[in-house]
Amino acid sequence: MIETLQVYFQYPFVRYAFIVGILISLCSALFGVTLVLKRFSFIGDGLSHVAFGAIAIASVLNLTNQMLLVLPLTIVSAVLLLRTGQNTKIKGDAAIAMISVATMAFGYLIMNVFSTSSNLSGDVCTTLFGSTSILTLTRNDVFLCVVLSVAVVALFILFYNKLFAITFDETFSKAIGVNTDRYNLFIAIVIAVIIVLAMKLVGSLLISALVVFPALCAMRLFKSFKAVTLFAAAISVVCAIAGLLISILAGTPVGSTIVMMDVFAFSVCYVFDVIFSRL
Amino acid sequence: MALLTLRNLSVGYDKDIIVQNLNVTVNAGDYLCILGENGSGKSTLMKTILSLTPPIVGEVILGEDLLRNEIGYLPQQTLVQKDFPASVFEIVLSGCQKASAFQPFYSNADKETARRNMERMQIADLASHAYKNLSGGQQQRVLLARALCATKKLLLLDEPVAGLDPKVTNELYDLIQRLNKEDNITIIMISHDIGAAVKYATHILHIGQHIFSGTKEAYVKSETGKLFMTRDAT
Ligand SMILES: Nc1ncnc2c1ncn2[C@@H]1O[C@H](COP(=O)(O)OP(=O)(O)OP(=O)(O)O)[C@@H](O)[C@H]1O
Ligand SMILES: [Mg+2]
Repeated sequence: MIETLQVYFQYPFVRYAFIVGILISLCSALFGVTLVLKRFSFIGDGLSHVAFGAIAIASVLNLTNQMLLVLPLTIVSAVLLLRTGQNTKIKGDAAIAMISVATMAFGYLIMNVFSTSSNLSGDVCTTLFGSTSILTLTRNDVFLCVVLSVAVVALFILFYNKLFAITFDETFSKAIGVNTDRYNLFIAIVIAVIIVLAMKLVGSLLISALVVFPALCAMRLFKSFKAVTLFAAAISVVCAIAGLLISILAGTPVGSTIVMMDVFAFSVCYVFDVIFSRL
Repeated sequence: MALLTLRNLSVGYDKDIIVQNLNVTVNAGDYLCILGENGSGKSTLMKTILSLTPPIVGEVILGEDLLRNEIGYLPQQTLVQKDFPASVFEIVLSGCQKASAFQPFYSNADKETARRNMERMQIADLASHAYKNLSGGQQQRVLLARALCATKKLLLLDEPVAGLDPKVTNELYDLIQRLNKEDNITIIMISHDIGAAVKYATHILHIGQHIFSGTKEAYVKSETGKLFMTRDAT
């Protein structure tokens, strides 16, 4: 088994996949904690559908660098979703549902009508569930991913204290003069970036898992924000590595394997929590 | 000069005026209690003082030596989610957060301030405990310690004793009084507890159909005060 892996690791695309997988799972877990606690995870879900629509447009237009279209579109949608979500709570939810299904339907429609690809259902499936193999990452993909991930992690560290304060009690922060709207905007933009990055790894339908599961695992076991954040990041990276290894060795689809690892980790944390709280 | 002046102030949401034409002066060292029925606009007034809600008419004037970010605030029933993972120390320390994005980290002095305020509130031994597992009274002390990290001058407390048992309530009132007497922190507190208001406050602001603003002694003798106290007693 070790030998098989050694052979695989000689290929650059395998190394790329690991770099990308580790970075994305790290970023999504870090902001996942805030997202879950702020009850913003629905925005993440809505955005992943928007990103699907954007990718459909990009592939129909035959853009060489899809990111140039997908990233700005998703960021704009994130800002809009946040606005509607804040103004009127209930209608915000409905707005997100509307935008989600509309962009998905639109995406599939134009892919169907205009696509020149010979393997349409394969393309759609890849966008929804991630690539079946990890051979598709190009050097450019990896480069972009590294740059954006480093930026996301740096911003997280820089604004960690503010993120905690605003997540815990936005009113208090506002009362002592913090511009909370600006930070909410910042969170929405970073989420959009993470979602777009994660599309490559797990596909648009499975992104929420990367965001939500590590945070929920950590919240089962730890009681301070710092511990939860660190553990979420760690478990997320471990799951990504395990998922990638299994998918290489067993030939399973990358995205779903990683998500299954997250589900497994959550069950373990759940059982752990139940046993420990009984003691 | 006064620490805080409300001039000709009307508060409310959008164009709906809830409280009209308030003229109140708060001086350093005062202990002002805001009384009034549910929905009379007490919390709204407090939010207006904090600039969380814009005034409809009139203005809130802060004294020269009081900056906007030097006001400590204890919100009414902070609706923290039941399972929010946060330690007591993390929460108290967040009272030291700076408005500016260019000060992202807490200094050692901030951490010292947080520790001192936890001692003041007698919760130093709970520092690493999970906030969600504390009792209601302990949670209020944590939030009070956080508010103290934000101010040395003025505390705004929105129903700090709501839902606490009589013993814990009295302990909290004593703590607040000590902050007022010993540390000379000006207190503005919303309360439904007229007994405590009359016992601890130096000034009373009663809002509702009849607005009263003045010293406690004057309030006890006033029509509004008499009416409210007898109704409360029955
Ligand atoms: N965000 C809001 N938008 C519009 N109206 C509001 C808002 N918040 C409160 N109100 C209304 O303003 C009025 C005053 O509310 P407020 O919370 O200030 O009362 P209160 O005196 O603090 O009451 P309580 O004793 O129950 O805390 C109420 O009629 C309430 O319905
Ligand atoms: Mg109120």
